[in-house]
Amino acid sequence: MVLVMDFFISNKKLLGWISVLSVGAALIFAGTQTYPATGLFFNFFTIDFFAQFFRLLALTAVGLTILASFAFKKIPVSLHGEFYFLLLGFGVLLTVMGAATNLLMIFLAVESVSMTSYVLTGIQKFNKQSAEASLKYLLFGAVSSASMLFGMSLLFGATQSIDLLAIGSAFQSANSGMHAIGLVGLLFMLVGLGFKISIVPFHMWAPDVYQGAPTPVTALLTVAPKALGFAVIIRVLFYAFPHLASHWGNLLAVLSILTMTVGNIIAITQADIKRMLAYSSIAQAGYVLAGLAVPGVLGLRAVLIYLLAYLFTNLGAFFTVIAVERETDSNEVDAYDGLAQRNPFLALSMAVFLLSLAGIPPLAGFVGKVFIFMAVLKADAIVLAIAIALNSAVAAYYYFRIIRAMYLRTNKTVTPIQNPLSLQLTLITTFVFVLLIGIFPSHVIHLIEKALTQFPVF
Amino acid sequence: MTLFQFLATTAFYAAMLGILIAAALCVTVRNLFHSAVFLAFTLIGIAMLYFFLQAEFIAAMQILLYVGAIMTLIVFAVMLTSRMGNPAVPQSFKNKKIVFLPLGLVGFILISAILKTPWETSEPQTAVNAVTLGKALMNQYVFPFEVVSLVLLVALIGAIVIARSE
Repeated sequence: MVLVMDFFISNKKLLGWISVLSVGAALIFAGTQTYPATGLFFNFFTIDFFAQFFRLLALTAVGLTILASFAFKKIPVSLHGEFYFLLLGFGVLLTVMGAATNLLMIFLAVESVSMTSYVLTGIQKFNKQSAEASLKYLLFGAVSSASMLFGMSLLFGATQSIDLLAIGSAFQSANSGMHAIGLVGLLFMLVGLGFKISIVPFHMWAPDVYQGAPTPVTALLTVAPKALGFAVIIRVLFYAFPHLASHWGNLLAVLSILTMTVGNIIAITQADIKRMLAYSSIAQAGYVLAGLAVPGVLGLRAVLIYLLAYLFTNLGAFFTVIAVERETDSNEVDAYDGLAQRNPFLALSMAVFLLSLAGIPPLAGFVGKVFIFMAVLKADAIVLAIAIALNSAVAAYYYFRIIRAMYLRTNKTVTPIQNPLSLQLTLITTFVFVLLIGIFPSHVIHLIEKALTQFPVF
Repeated sequence: MTLFQFLATTAFYAAMLGILIAAALCVTVRNLFHSAVFLAFTLIGIAMLYFFLQAEFIAAMQILLYVGAIMTLIVFAVMLTSRMGNPAVPQSFKNKKIVFLPLGLVGFILISAILKTPWETSEPQTAVNAVTLGKALMNQYVFPFEVVSLVLLVALIGAIVIARSE
């Protein structure tokens, strides 16, 4: 398994590369595995293509983040060993999260992933913002975990089982008196999980945390726990509550519209690029949620495609922010004025990532949005479709604001911005994937269809 | 129902009532130290419930860990917090009234859902002792157990990262 990764001590630089290599090895290992769906350890760890897909996603995100964090100078050198270890541990726990199919494992994985994120957020401990972000994250997280645990206890009490599939069948065979408790339990669980993926009523922590955390950590937090949070939500909804699909479908549709609207509208006025991208990532979660709001194979496929496209796009955007931040020491949008002259490659890659986030054709984000849109239209959810279209237009406005600053404005300082090797590597990787997914979506779709073959959809 | 059973049931409900009162006091009293004391009472009450439900080992652990270790930590934290005695520092939440409406709504929905549910009462529990618990942890539940150990490692390192001075 991935647990190969636990060697670390001494030389810091070397250490980082070892971590990257081990994640790479784990990735190759995970990529070549083709088991039939099996439950390991008495069904506490399920390996199916769905879990594999999310494992690849998590490992890619963690690997790229470690690589990019070499260039990030604000974490004290003496903490680098711990930092890499925490990131690797994060990777393992995310993998466990993707493979969890019962309440005990879901709680353990979600809780431990959150705990690691709190520490990672606060690792710049002499930075006031970072410490504040970490504390806020912890407090919000504790409350939402408590709510999730309470929901789980109701479900367990009602069905006498912690296995999601068993809970599902217990509810299906039970009389209608049981549905109320199931719904309440599901709602409480959704509160906890909704916190993880920062959907709107539970998003308050996200901007502060994403702004205060060290930038590589922000890049990871906006992508990996979110994707895995969706994985858990998908499993809970489709395994345990297929009979309530119309209920949670409507609920998620409302939440989705709320999430993308609030995220996008607040993002417009932000002057700090990390904060802007934070709100943008809230809005992106809204689009993904729209795919879940129309329960079915199409929606599920769209969600996975979107998550994959979003992974590379958002990581890339934040990596560019790291490159600019290490040179200018500023995250204001003004710092991006005239970036095209100071470093054409950075400006180009940032432009591509932003365009992809906005969903402009031949890029990855476009493919994701098309599939979400298609799924929503197929399900005749017209209101949802209109909301997505309007929101995409609003979002394009603030993405283009950055692009305009980079290309059409000039900056007083014209010194070129250096781009260290490790960052270049990560940027090129994400850049290439964003283009590839955009131009050849058929491979991705093939991969995702495979991921869903072992998934019991209704 | 024999007299003994009647007494046991009464004691059970009395314990639950006590827990509820202690918990309510814990979140409403103004002094943080009093609040900590009521929290300790709540935790002891929960340990009593475990005893009633024939989970002696868990009850012992509850008292040992929560009432013993964690409460000590909390009391220390309260003692070490400066400005604790300063009455100018607000220690309670002012907008209580606004919260009551949504809270009452959630509570109502919850209680009505719980009352509506035909709970399946399982056959009388057999007492679970430490040996069976340990065997279960090492057999069926070995993977969650290992994950917990990884979580502890991560938490330990995180705590060191945050607490150590440069």
